[in-house]
Amino acid sequence: MRKVGEANLDDLSVGAAILGTGGGGNPYIGTLLAKQAIRECGPVELVSVDEVPDDAVVVPSAMMGAPTVMVEKLPRGDEIIRAFKALQEFMGKEITHTVSIEAGGLNSTTPFSVAAHMGIPLVDADGMGRAFPEIQMVTPTMYGVSATPMALADEKGNAAIIETIDNRWTERLARSLTIDMGCTAMIALYGMDGKMLKEAMVPGTIGLAEELGRLIRETRAAHGDPIGAVLGRLNGFRVFTGKIADVARRTETGFARGEAKIEGAGDDAGSTLELRFQNEHLVALRNGEIVVSVPDLIIVLDAETGEPITTEELRYGFRVTVIATPCDSRWRTAAGLELAGPRYFGYDIEYVPVEERFGTAAA
Amino acid sequence: MRIGIDVGGTNTDAVLMDGRSVLAEVKTPTTPDVTSGIVTVLRTLISDSGVEAGQVQGVMIGTTHFTNAVVEAKRLMPTACIRLGLPATQALPPMVDWPERLREVLGNHHFLCHGGHEFDGREISPLDPDELRRVAVEIGERGIRSVAISSVFSPVNTESEQRAAEIVGHELPDAAISLSHEIGRIGLLERENATIMNACLRDLAVHIVEAFNSALAEFGIEAPVYLSQNDGTLMSVEFAERYPVATFASGPTNSMRGAAFLSGILDCAVVDIGGTTSDVGMLQHGFPREASIAVEIGGVRTNFRMPDVFSFGLGGGSIVREDGELTIGPDSVGYELTERALVFGGSELTATDIAVAAGLAEIGDPDRVASLDRSLVERAVRMIETEIAESVDRMKTSAGDIPVVVVGGGSVLLGDELPGASQLVKPEHFAVANAIGAAIAQIGGEVDRVFSLEQLPREEALAQAKQEATDKAVAAGASRGSVNIVDVEEVPLAYLPSNATRIHVKAVGELELGRETVAQGR
Repeated sequence: MRKVGEANLDDLSVGAAILGTGGGGNPYIGTLLAKQAIRECGPVELVSVDEVPDDAVVVPSAMMGAPTVMVEKLPRGDEIIRAFKALQEFMGKEITHTVSIEAGGLNSTTPFSVAAHMGIPLVDADGMGRAFPEIQMVTPTMYGVSATPMALADEKGNAAIIETIDNRWTERLARSLTIDMGCTAMIALYGMDGKMLKEAMVPGTIGLAEELGRLIRETRAAHGDPIGAVLGRLNGFRVFTGKIADVARRTETGFARGEAKIEGAGDDAGSTLELRFQNEHLVALRNGEIVVSVPDLIIVLDAETGEPITTEELRYGFRVTVIATPCDSRWRTAAGLELAGPRYFGYDIEYVPVEERFGTAAA
Repeated sequence: MRIGIDVGGTNTDAVLMDGRSVLAEVKTPTTPDVTSGIVTVLRTLISDSGVEAGQVQGVMIGTTHFTNAVVEAKRLMPTACIRLGLPATQALPPMVDWPERLREVLGNHHFLCHGGHEFDGREISPLDPDELRRVAVEIGERGIRSVAISSVFSPVNTESEQRAAEIVGHELPDAAISLSHEIGRIGLLERENATIMNACLRDLAVHIVEAFNSALAEFGIEAPVYLSQNDGTLMSVEFAERYPVATFASGPTNSMRGAAFLSGILDCAVVDIGGTTSDVGMLQHGFPREASIAVEIGGVRTNFRMPDVFSFGLGGGSIVREDGELTIGPDSVGYELTERALVFGGSELTATDIAVAAGLAEIGDPDRVASLDRSLVERAVRMIETEIAESVDRMKTSAGDIPVVVVGGGSVLLGDELPGASQLVKPEHFAVANAIGAAIAQIGGEVDRVFSLEQLPREEALAQAKQEATDKAVAAGASRGSVNIVDVEEVPLAYLPSNATRIHVKAVGELELGRETVAQGR
């Protein structure tokens, strides 16, 4: 167990943007909210999964909706607590811990407000080890954990509890409610006990995000190679370095989809890398051939500073380095690939783990 | 005929131009009282050129006054911020992420009220006129005369802010009111921050504009006066009085635009070498490339369109030392160059002395640096060259060599070549490029808001946005025939099924001025 204070959150938000693989929303607002909660209620207790008793009642808390709306319609402040309490009441038992469902992007910091205000520990883990666009895309789904009962609350005072037959139905119904609530809702879902948490969640990812942010900051201060430091920590591979030559975006079925074309520089001169994204990066094609795909992480970093760049921030002319890192091994099972593999996203290819493709050229 | 003036922190530069030719140029130290500095440059321009005041058709001024006021937290008005959006947004009240000192200077007066809209234009809650009247009375009782009003999704629907402004304006007829939708784009905190900064600068804006006007009146110049904005376009003084925040960062923009005009190169790197620091920026189609990340001004996060500029501590006054290792800057003799540099009889070895010793420039008395160690001079010249070349490389967007244009008083530090530069251009009048940039600025109009493409087909939405931007440019003074769309950007709002897309369009055109249209740098 350790206490996490305001000072830790800036590093955490940078690392969370790395694990966000281009999506997950900009963590700035989430970080401000978490800092404020800590200022009001004191530091948050961060516990490792091993410290959670088997009979603990763990409920993840998150923001659902459009991160781009979140930067405009800021929260009232108590939505997340109302959602959390509504679910607690519905479940009829005291919730003992909260946890992040998505370590990538702004949902890395959302549960800090809950932990601070409820006075309960935050578990150092998440349900993805990265960011994904849909509710059912979490490792607990593979263990048969139900997303429902799920609570949603908005700033007006509306709240809903939904129960569904499976987690894809949860996505569908919760998405409709969220849109009516003005495209942001605070949610509590995927309740599980401590035993299941240890099995089903990805451990250590909040600490990892903080560590990544710190690594970039400290390496830069020492005039070192921040990208190399990130690769070393994540066992990742340098995929491509170059300049963004074109970014095309469009909205389809409620998601930001698009492509970014990067013209190679240095060792990659003469080649092109194309990134395709649906909020998060899905595949990277080098000269037309897929070299990395979901569920592995495709991350765009500023070639100079190592700072992560989200898909919304991608702009013509940026000098970037694209890296790829291995996902949690459970995403590579048949069940994992069915949930979030290339075919689910419409790419009819066999998934090849990133280290098999780049393994010989170790980072 | 027109006059361009750049009022910087150290120097005030000015040019008198006729069409594309520079008739007179002048550089003087900036004075604490604005008027006398302007009077000095005007007197020099008029006497050097023999032009009569009546022939001047427009005066374009770039100024750092407003940026500096915020950075120094001086001369700012106590300001109240009213935010419309209850019950949303309470978690992060206005000025939540401001530096304590600046928040205290403004008085930390903020009020959360009902109103505001959802992403699709629905009301979050109905505006409450009684609530706003009570707030206005309270603001009046606190003796505050400057009010910023922000509203959730006001770039999508401006109604809440406009109605609130009417109600508050009715209660507080003397108050200056700034509305966020007129100032910023999506991103409530950043837009609101800019609106509050704008509001707190209103008195200073009136004062500065008066100072400009009275300086011009002293010379009988009755031509319209414009101020330059951060995106390289002009605004009228009436607009500047209401939107002083729009002048932020216009300095680097003006020098880059001036460089494009003087060199005739529209796609290049521009290095502006001053006395203490240098700025490198990139020109694309004659306009500065904008920064992509949130820009902080005086510690306040904003989402202004700002030129993407890399600044480093090298200038004509940079102090050169060899103490085991050769160093140049970052400390500088600054405006005391003409007293402290060796070539001016001083005792400090500066970058300018190196340039003179190397035969790159003829400034002051070259004999005073004739005995400098040749190896030191050569290594220092190479070091200056390397630092500038590396800074240019940082900003480049393509691997190949690119044209580099050098402007600013410190341009003498560079020779005829630079690694990574396909050509190195040091145009005529390089020392006053920023004043020239002010003189030739264009006038623009911008649209940046969210369209629902389910209700409006994409082509129509784009056409509508372009038309609005063009109309805005014309309303601001551009001649309709000259207006071009220079930027179109679409950002779909992630996770939204109604095809909500943010479209940003910028249109610019030539300013219609008297009988003559201002000549352009393109």
